[in-house]
Amino acid sequence: MTALLEARGLCKAYGALSVTDDLSMQVAAGELHAVIGPNGAGKTTLIAQLSGQLAPDRGSIRFGGRDVTRLDMPARLRLGLARSFQITTLMPAMTALENVALAVQGRSGSSFRFWRPVAAERALNEAAMACLEEVGMAGRAGRPAGAMSHGEKRQLELAVALACEPRLLLLDEPLAGTGPQEAEVLVALLARLKGRITMLLIEHDMEAVFALADRVSVLVYGRILASGAPEAIRQDPKVRAAYLGEEAG
Amino acid sequence: MANLFLLQLLNGAQFGILLFLVAAGLTLVFGIMDFINLAHGVLYMLGAYLMAMFALSTGSFWLGLALALGATLVVGLVLEWLVFRRLYDRPHLDQVLATFALMMILSEGVKILWGSAPLNVAMPELLSGSVPLAGPLRYPVYRIAIIVAGLATALGLWAMITRTRVGMLLRAGASNRPMVAALGTDISKFFMLVFALGAMLAGFAGALVSPVLSVDPGMGDQILILTFVVIVIGGVGSVKGAFAGALLVGITDTVGRIFGPIWLKMVMDPAAAAQAGRVLAPMLIYLLMAAILSWRPNGLFGRSTR
Amino acid sequence: MSRPAQRGMSGRAKAALALIALMALVPPLAALAGDPFLTVVASRMAVFAIAALSLDLILGFGALVSFGHAAYLGLGAYAVAVCARHGITDLFVQIAAGAAASALFALVSGAISLRTRGIYFIMITLAFGQMAYFFFVSLSAYGGDDGTTLAARSTVFGRPLLENDTVFFYVVLACLATAFGLLHRLAGSRFGRALAGTRESELRMQAIGFRPFRYRLAAYVISGMICSVAGVLLANQTEYVSPAYMAWTRSGELIVMLLLGGIGTLAGAMAGALATVALEELLAGWSEHWRLGFGLILLGVVLWSPAGLTGLIRRLLPEEGR
Repeated sequence: MTALLEARGLCKAYGALSVTDDLSMQVAAGELHAVIGPNGAGKTTLIAQLSGQLAPDRGSIRFGGRDVTRLDMPARLRLGLARSFQITTLMPAMTALENVALAVQGRSGSSFRFWRPVAAERALNEAAMACLEEVGMAGRAGRPAGAMSHGEKRQLELAVALACEPRLLLLDEPLAGTGPQEAEVLVALLARLKGRITMLLIEHDMEAVFALADRVSVLVYGRILASGAPEAIRQDPKVRAAYLGEEAG
Repeated sequence: MANLFLLQLLNGAQFGILLFLVAAGLTLVFGIMDFINLAHGVLYMLGAYLMAMFALSTGSFWLGLALALGATLVVGLVLEWLVFRRLYDRPHLDQVLATFALMMILSEGVKILWGSAPLNVAMPELLSGSVPLAGPLRYPVYRIAIIVAGLATALGLWAMITRTRVGMLLRAGASNRPMVAALGTDISKFFMLVFALGAMLAGFAGALVSPVLSVDPGMGDQILILTFVVIVIGGVGSVKGAFAGALLVGITDTVGRIFGPIWLKMVMDPAAAAQAGRVLAPMLIYLLMAAILSWRPNGLFGRSTR
Repeated sequence: MSRPAQRGMSGRAKAALALIALMALVPPLAALAGDPFLTVVASRMAVFAIAALSLDLILGFGALVSFGHAAYLGLGAYAVAVCARHGITDLFVQIAAGAAASALFALVSGAISLRTRGIYFIMITLAFGQMAYFFFVSLSAYGGDDGTTLAARSTVFGRPLLENDTVFFYVVLACLATAFGLLHRLAGSRFGRALAGTRESELRMQAIGFRPFRYRLAAYVISGMICSVAGVLLANQTEYVSPAYMAWTRSGELIVMLLLGGIGTLAGAMAGALATVALEELLAGWSEHWRLGFGLILLGVVLWSPAGLTGLIRRLLPEEGR
């Protein structure tokens, strides 16, 4: 099995505080790889570095066999590396359809077109509608993102990520802040996408992680403590001591 | 030539010191309250007018200076209480508009009270005359006094910022605003203090400069923009940066105006050099700002966030 | 697909067109009232409406508070003076010259300013505007601080059509209608949506493959070019060109116009410009210290409109759709 995404020796520190500490990991093509870890383990910082939002102090990131360490977010997206956000950054004044269509626009053709009404571009709208249908939001296409419920925003967040046609999707706590019913919808959605799109999932919801993941890595103090199949991770004494035990206690 | 250069260097330093006095308060207000104040230049102008008024009515420069300082402090407090404190939580656009309006009101008010004609302030006996500088060159005592007064103020500020509790809050506030709130300080009193201090410093600069410049309603506009350049170069919120930026701007501007044409003459014909020098000299500090910003977008001593 | 948002957009366009149509009635009404000065004031209103429209592109759609926009007004005005000095009096050539100079200045100053945000951006655009101001103050060939008087208004196809105030007014109005049309199309285009995206969330834009800087810079340049057209017309209206056109207080007035009318709507920019010029004329006719009254009104509006002007407008936006 070849790695689609590979981080080697990543280091990131803020002053004396080391947030990512010589971290190496691989995400194989086709798998759903979950990263879990206690609060402050450096999960969001890891996503930021993998996506190109933050530059690591040291180490390298390879994606699809290419060194992407020095590429910015738009350049990595062009290679097929997309991400979602933990804190929703949707465009509140735009409708759901417009939010997704903008993402479609980002990968199809130039945006330096000044005359034709974008709202009348059928190709954009159809592709965006397809993504909204995929996440079960087709009925909400005309609503402004700012006026949506939290669960709907999480679904829309996924639709926007899908519109980027990613080969690999970095998901930063897609279930954060959702109620049990909303979470159920989202978990079912991720299960449908699994296999079609490679995913790196960061999530606090253990039930969701162990239901979805092919492989789980445990991140503690900026390092990968253990990596393996969900059952193996669940049994791993190191992990139990460092993390699961904490949760239970 | 070397003498002329020394003379211009001193003039530049004196100008820079004045800029620093105006910029110090403004950069703190920017940094700590994330507040943009377009009316700050008017306080400088007000300081000069109050100085002119008090010096004339009391017949004493020193008494006038003391009264002008007290009056600008009061004006700062009143404006903070009346207007500024309602704006801290507003978007920058509202702050721009409100302080722009305030600037219009105050400068028009000054015109109504004192007229549009320039006023003059008499120099105190003690500080008139000049001292020998180098060889036949002499330098006015008053300008030296401005430099000394400015440096003393800078030193006092430095001591306050590094040694006192208020200074600690200032430093903390400029780099991390939520922290000041977390320290449980009475924020509104603290803001008022910073504001009044800034107003007084600007008024002090206006009062100091009134005997060497004619006091007119437009003087606040000009200094405001220069102060912005100083703050942008030095980095928002940094008093140290304001000091470095002010001296840099003061000296570049003064020396550039005199020596720009002279240096240009070495590489082009005199007539063209004179013309080019005249056009380029006033733009020099803006070019300097652009150069520094493309090198360090947050200024020389600015924090790197945002 | 018909959505309410699209109908809202065209509603706004209708308001703008109605405003332009109403303005077109001014010259006959002025003739009826026997007050030709009304046409002159209306010309001035239309000129500033163009400038405010151009500012709305970067401030309203891009959320970039530029405080140096009057520089482009000045560049357009000086394009007229410089061209006329060299025997070029054709309006279209002068507009092209002003737009070219503005594009260059906007490209260079924008490339530096747009690296910054917030208060920095405000101060830097202010400083660049001031730099342009001082450039023309020290240009003694064109009167320096005092400026220079134009011998005549520009010509159209070699004919002195603009000398007639009524014809001039309709030319300005045609320019305003064109500027509105262009900006309205632009706001609804791919570029317009991308620009609106940079306003809403810079991080999100990067995550979906956009580099916000490029769109902001392009908008900055387009905005400067359109504003320079207003400058060309302003010089023609007053038949006089001076650095005072690009004073920083003028940039402030442009922002005031935009804010009074409402940002990001185009129609609001036009209405704001009209209201501001009218208010200035009214107060100036009353007292030479009209700025005091203007300042007090402005301060009152900002302080006592419940959530501030921008807050008020922002609350209205989602309902109207976009």
